[in-house]
Amino acid sequence: MESDIAANGAAQVVSESSVIVADSLDLTFQTNDGPVQALRDVNLTINRGDFVSFIGPSGCGKTTFLRVVAALEHPTGGTISVNGMSPDEARRARAYGYVFQAAGLYPWRTIAKNIKLPLEIMGYSKESQEEHVARVLKLVDLEGFGEKFPWQLSGGMQQRASIARALAFDADILLMDEPFGALDEIVRDHLNEQLLALWERTGKTIGFVTHSIPEAVYLSTRIVVMSPRPGRITDVIESTLPLERPLDIRDTPEFLAIAHRVREGLRAGHAYDD
Amino acid sequence: MTDATIAKPSGLGAGVRAVSDAVLPVVAVVAAIIGLWYLACIPMNIHTALTDAERAGAVVTPAGAAERRDMGGIGLALANTEIVPDVFSQERPRLPAPHQVGMELWKTTGEMVLTGRGFSKRSLLYHAWVTLSSTVLGFLIGTVAGVGLAIGIVHSRVMNMAVMPWAIASQTIPILAVAPMIIVVLNSVGVTGILPKALISAYLSFFPVAVGMVKGLRSPGAMQLDLLATYNASQAETFWKLRMPSSMPYFFTSMKIGMAAALVGAIVGEMPTGAVRGLGARLLAGSYYGQTVQIWSALFAAAILAAVLVGLIGLIQRAVLKKMGMAS
Ligand SMILES: Nc1ncnc2c1ncn2[C@@H]1O[C@H](COP(=O)(O)OP(=O)(O)OP(=O)(O)O)[C@@H](O)[C@H]1O
Ligand SMILES: [Mg+2]
Repeated sequence: MESDIAANGAAQVVSESSVIVADSLDLTFQTNDGPVQALRDVNLTINRGDFVSFIGPSGCGKTTFLRVVAALEHPTGGTISVNGMSPDEARRARAYGYVFQAAGLYPWRTIAKNIKLPLEIMGYSKESQEEHVARVLKLVDLEGFGEKFPWQLSGGMQQRASIARALAFDADILLMDEPFGALDEIVRDHLNEQLLALWERTGKTIGFVTHSIPEAVYLSTRIVVMSPRPGRITDVIESTLPLERPLDIRDTPEFLAIAHRVREGLRAGHAYDD
Repeated sequence: MTDATIAKPSGLGAGVRAVSDAVLPVVAVVAAIIGLWYLACIPMNIHTALTDAERAGAVVTPAGAAERRDMGGIGLALANTEIVPDVFSQERPRLPAPHQVGMELWKTTGEMVLTGRGFSKRSLLYHAWVTLSSTVLGFLIGTVAGVGLAIGIVHSRVMNMAVMPWAIASQTIPILAVAPMIIVVLNSVGVTGILPKALISAYLSFFPVAVGMVKGLRSPGAMQLDLLATYNASQAETFWKLRMPSSMPYFFTSMKIGMAAALVGAIVGEMPTGAVRGLGARLLAGSYYGQTVQIWSALFAAAILAAVLVGLIGLIQRAVLKKMGMAS
């Protein structure tokens, strides 16, 4: 199965093109009910330009892993490097944009002003702020909505605006935690298409958490299957799909075969649980 | 043509209905309160009314003030129905009737303005102005102090643990006990005028502002804070771009409470040390001389003042939140 990887030549070895390298990563939360092992012995290498999806049952540590990458949590064991630096250093170097499950736009700022938020903090000049805002609004198909307030937009548009906000500064890593979880199927399809197009245009490295098997298979170059208690990686599936992916690729046997393998991986994780 | 005109409710009619929908409940409630108030006047004032009537030669049952002292007001009123109208026009009633208070209010405000004495020492406007100035000064001091404390508490664990208990303790001390001391102590070190009173107002108003602002500045969720963390934003940037704007609705709400508290503080501050100016002084003078009508009109003046000040903050709140795009 691994031999026929054509997509972008991703391999599980650390090399020049490795952006995120996790090595026997452990993370245990100390809670009032005792320790919770959210991540155990996670080994993963993500290469430049990869689109990696994380899928697995609730509580398997998908969010936690993304937060470790973004230096919002700190591992209790093992090592992780981002762009060859520690996550904290990478954050200081503004290496990533993070898209949360909820859009989380500031209600007192217009869409354009919301997108400017990271640019203001990072000290972009006024003119280049305008430029960046115009560029990302176009990227997420929200031209002409810059002066609207968030409540004047639909949920899907708000989520696109929050993606635009994460794209506005030139971070080459985009971390997305169930960004389309709350949206309906049709809007989700549309945004998936747009996200793929955007990924192709920008060449960013994307970490994407989802609960949807079709979404993971459709978007990813690699799919990381995880299982809970303790959170760990049970399978890493390289996609054999071509980079050019119209929506109806989801009916091809190739697509269904990958989806089947993801489902098997998820099932195996559950069996362990019982 | 006629169908259309019939089907469409007239614009004017709809407008009038909308207004009356809003006004009617208010009018009904006010009418009920005034009605109850008049009713309450009967048992409250019947004793003195009967004494006056007896002195004037009327026959009342039972005769003799001592005889009636321990009797219920309602029973007396029922036994002397012809005297009952007198309870509404006593000179020094226990409970003045609404129209008496209303007339006193008019006499000491509008009428004095009309005769060009709007700012004489007998004018309620003058006393209201005295109270207003120290209320507003104290409110400003209290708000600045409250906001400052809240910022400290939110950003420093030490301040959170060290200041909050004292702030709470400060509010459990009865202000009536502390106010005279503050005034006397400050006077003795040469601080006079409106500042001592304003400090009492500030003492009462900083607390609601501090508590409200702590809540407001802490209102951004973990996700909002994490987002700024991914931008590597500093504490100052987090404050100006997230905490401060998020706290605005809390800010205005706590300022309303703070303003009302500041007014109470100013009035309390006018009571001790033989103050002669301000609504508090009017209240005290009224109670020295048994001038209940004066007490009540001063009370109403204070209530109206509070309503105006709080309403003003409400207007600013509306305008600011609307400008911020956060108006509901
Ligand atoms: N801050 C925290 N403190 C304590 N325990 C936590 C914390 N964050 C996460 N956990 C625990 O770590 C485990 C993994 O959580 P995580 O949020 O990463 O799961 P997830 O895979 O993202 O789940 P979901 O699909 O529901 O979002 C869970 O058991 C969770 O209860
Ligand atoms: Mg999650």
